[in-house]
Amino acid sequence: MDGIHDLGGKHGFGAVSPELNEPVFHEGWEARVFALVLQLGGNLDRSRHAIERIDPISYLADTYYGRWLGGLETRLVEDGVLSQSEITERARRLGADVNDRVAARPRDAGDQSPEKKSSTGGFSTAQRTLKTPPRFELGDQVRTKSTSTEGHTRMPAYVRGCIGEVIGVHGGWVYPDSHAHGKGEGPECLYTVRFTTEMLWGEAGEKNIELSIDLFEAYLEQVNDDD
Amino acid sequence: MMTDSKVIVRAEALESLLIEKGLVDPDRIDETITFYNERVGPMNGAQVVARAWQDPEFKARLLDDGTAAIEEFGFSGGQVDKLVIVENTPDTHNVVVCTLCSCYPWAVLGLPPRWYKDPAYRSRVVREPRAVLKEFGTVIPEDTTVQVWDSSAEIRYMVLPLMPASWADQSVDVLASKVSRDSMIGVEVLAD
Repeated sequence: MDGIHDLGGKHGFGAVSPELNEPVFHEGWEARVFALVLQLGGNLDRSRHAIERIDPISYLADTYYGRWLGGLETRLVEDGVLSQSEITERARRLGADVNDRVAARPRDAGDQSPEKKSSTGGFSTAQRTLKTPPRFELGDQVRTKSTSTEGHTRMPAYVRGCIGEVIGVHGGWVYPDSHAHGKGEGPECLYTVRFTTEMLWGEAGEKNIELSIDLFEAYLEQVNDDD
Repeated sequence: MMTDSKVIVRAEALESLLIEKGLVDPDRIDETITFYNERVGPMNGAQVVARAWQDPEFKARLLDDGTAAIEEFGFSGGQVDKLVIVENTPDTHNVVVCTLCSCYPWAVLGLPPRWYKDPAYRSRVVREPRAVLKEFGTVIPEDTTVQVWDSSAEIRYMVLPLMPASWADQSVDVLASKVSRDSMIGVEVLAD
């Protein structure tokens, strides 16, 4: 999806602001939200997609663990574990205002397949064995698909429709575009693809830059000699 | 920057409901927080880097299979299904980002700093890495290639920085104490 989360190449965010001697967590609630998400665990791809779907104003304003909170609320409501009205009611008892912006954007119940939870929580490994050999090999020129997708994907918009070189072949991995939507793991071969800055951003940009990114086979097509 | 109080209240509401319904164990929340505050962090990655500088055979294993090599230190789990170490050389400077979220090699670097997760770094470092590195006080010569790694899948990247020549006689522990988190993300070049 073309959400606010897909930040690569976007203009206007200003200078980076590193902080000296930064603590692991800045405020107690951040640590607690982090620990809640880890303990509840589940489907990491769906968890990422739930964050991508939160209100875009909240995505920027609520800071990092606020996004985690919004994503967690979305998943719990979609799974029928909690209702959004009972969370809102509890928040109002704790001092929230009726007009407060709420980050979570759960879909109507029934749109999601119920998620199987592991008893131990956490997020499990995503590496899988493939039944078919990789389609591409080191040194191949590949073109990324040029279309957008409605759902979850791990191909950022800034590499769409670009030609690059395969520099890594990493075997099978759970395919996030399928797994995030409860449509099975559908393992795909994962590659590292290297692009020049001219391919990504044109001739006007910084010189002597290369960008390497991990892309699933379904995102890629072979570049033919006559291209 | 202080968090908007409505986010804090919403977090309290969610947590209190989950605890009341018996869906989370409050003791485990505290254990997790202690673990990530105290047990994992860039001191882990620094030990790996220092050893790689001193032990060419270990360095070869590390570059060949980062996941297996860090198991020699007992570091595992925590967001590293596959760890790839990218080595800085006089010709290439590496820098790591996750433009889509916040992927980061927890087992060796702990949880990422705020700037790594913020929009400014994620949006700009893939487009103008030299300008972003300058904001960290890091100037990369024009004839050195800047290699940006966008960790968009489950592979995690850590930079093996160049060791300043004057550190050659130091012990591995002293070296480890000098390796900064930012040098292992790639936004800093180590200097005397």
